[in-house]
Amino acid sequence: MLRRIRTDAAGLLIALAVAFPLYWMVLSALKPRAALEAGDPAPFTLTPTLDSFRRVLLVDGFGQYLLNSVAVAAVVVTASTFCAFCAAVALTRYRFRLRTTLLVVVLIAQMVPVEALTIPLFFLMRNMGQAVPQLGLNHLGSLMLVHTAFAVPLAIWMLHGFVAAVPKELEEAAQLDGAGSLTFVTRVLFPLVAPGVVACSIFSFIMTWNDFLFAKTFIISAQENQTLPIALLSFFKPDENDWGGIMAGSVLMTIPVLVFFLFVQRRLASGLGGAVKG
Amino acid sequence: MGIPALPLRRPGGTASGRRRLEPWMYLVPALAVLGAMLVYPLYQLVLVSFFDYRQPQVTGAEPLRFTGLANYRALLSDPQFWEVLLNTVVFAGACVLGTILLGGALAVLATRLSPWVRTALFLAALGAWATPAVTGSAVWLFLFDPTLGPVNQVLAGLGLTEFAGHSWTYTKTSAFVLVASQVLWCSFPFVMITLYAGIRAIPEEVIEAARLDGASTARIARSVMLPMLRPAMTIVTIQSIIWDFKIFTQIYIMTNGGGIAGQNLVLNVYAYQKAFASGQYGLGSAIGVITTLLLLLITLAYLRALRRQGEVL
Repeated sequence: MLRRIRTDAAGLLIALAVAFPLYWMVLSALKPRAALEAGDPAPFTLTPTLDSFRRVLLVDGFGQYLLNSVAVAAVVVTASTFCAFCAAVALTRYRFRLRTTLLVVVLIAQMVPVEALTIPLFFLMRNMGQAVPQLGLNHLGSLMLVHTAFAVPLAIWMLHGFVAAVPKELEEAAQLDGAGSLTFVTRVLFPLVAPGVVACSIFSFIMTWNDFLFAKTFIISAQENQTLPIALLSFFKPDENDWGGIMAGSVLMTIPVLVFFLFVQRRLASGLGGAVKG
Repeated sequence: MGIPALPLRRPGGTASGRRRLEPWMYLVPALAVLGAMLVYPLYQLVLVSFFDYRQPQVTGAEPLRFTGLANYRALLSDPQFWEVLLNTVVFAGACVLGTILLGGALAVLATRLSPWVRTALFLAALGAWATPAVTGSAVWLFLFDPTLGPVNQVLAGLGLTEFAGHSWTYTKTSAFVLVASQVLWCSFPFVMITLYAGIRAIPEEVIEAARLDGASTARIARSVMLPMLRPAMTIVTIQSIIWDFKIFTQIYIMTNGGGIAGQNLVLNVYAYQKAFASGQYGLGSAIGVITTLLLLLITLAYLRALRRQGEVL
């Protein structure tokens, strides 16, 4: 009994320590600016205020960056899930040469260090911008394109398990009922794998939302097209950091990810969540 | 898509030809986007690494020159490259080891906790895991801020006055340790949750039987649980190696682009700085190729491990 209490106490202490940075983030976002600038170390505040949030959203244009991030993530989630679902259908409901090879390629593609591709992708986007400005450097289109590609391998890998789990007999039954294969895929298969689609959309979302490197590389001078991570970084100024603002921005950026994480938490242990952190 | 019902029964002919083409129709979107944004850039990366490609060549002021392995030769004879490589290996190694030890220990601890404490621990871990690298780094910089950060204030308040105004990013080791602590915080939850699931999957009877045979707890952990956890261990180890080896964001933000005089550079940040800060795109690409090859080796080890566990493709 005593031992149990001791382990529980240890576990609780560790949980508090792990949660502390997040607690401090929220707390500092709510503390008045004067207290932060005086270096108030109190682990609580009696005068919580939303001033920091108001400051970042209204003065620093954080709302625009938030919208940019949402736009990029929304397009990436839709496009990558569409590509991945189609590919998963091909890789599971058909037997053809190269099928296994393609699956191995997908698995390897998932592990390509995309960070190493910044240089060629930078030039690719520069050239693309000369043809279609919206897809070039300094535009959100460039980020949408690369992140769709980065999200597809993991999405295929996840969805192919879901699609494979739909029994073959269902397809035959649909065909006997007169459904063409496209009708079967859109009307029967897609609704059946909806949970998988949701899970893989969330992973794509998180991957895109968190991206720092490509946002930094591609959006060079177009302030209005920056995404959240870069906007947050631009709050850092030597020796006069507005910590309240930085923490409020961090809170705004963390909340969506946290919510989605709670959604997919059951799937995290299967190892798929692994590919999300970069 | 006009042909209904019939193709199922009709042998040969156009229907089976269509059947052969159909998978490729479904594959077109994914293959197009992967080809354009993953395969082609990979090819370009290798290509550029064989060229003298700097700012004058980018603007077109000077012609492109094929220089073969010159970029690689320049790298391998540059002591800074070797230092960065060593930094990367030691830093990633320490992060992987730390993550697995901490995650493993907490997974074992979690099995002995009361359910509500376990839930609290898992929720906290989930929060750490979900925090984006950028915001995690920002919070860390605030916590360890020389003058306004609570860490220094508490330490100074405890009488350790040398910590008042102490900069955690000034020396190389201290900066690396600071970044590693952030990496540890956000990556141990994956290890903990995966290993916890692994431990839970071990049948109670097996451990009971070992205990009846007189095995000690330590012996059970070593001879019964560890071998049964090997599949989960392989996955978390190799995944951790892959992430920690590729770390960019945390180093870039917390050490302000690689630390004082580049003391905290790791391969990815080094390649980025060579290319985008000093305009040596050829050299940067060569670093990218080396990083990719090193990671490919690790990935192959991962695939072999998966295959040995009988994972079906």
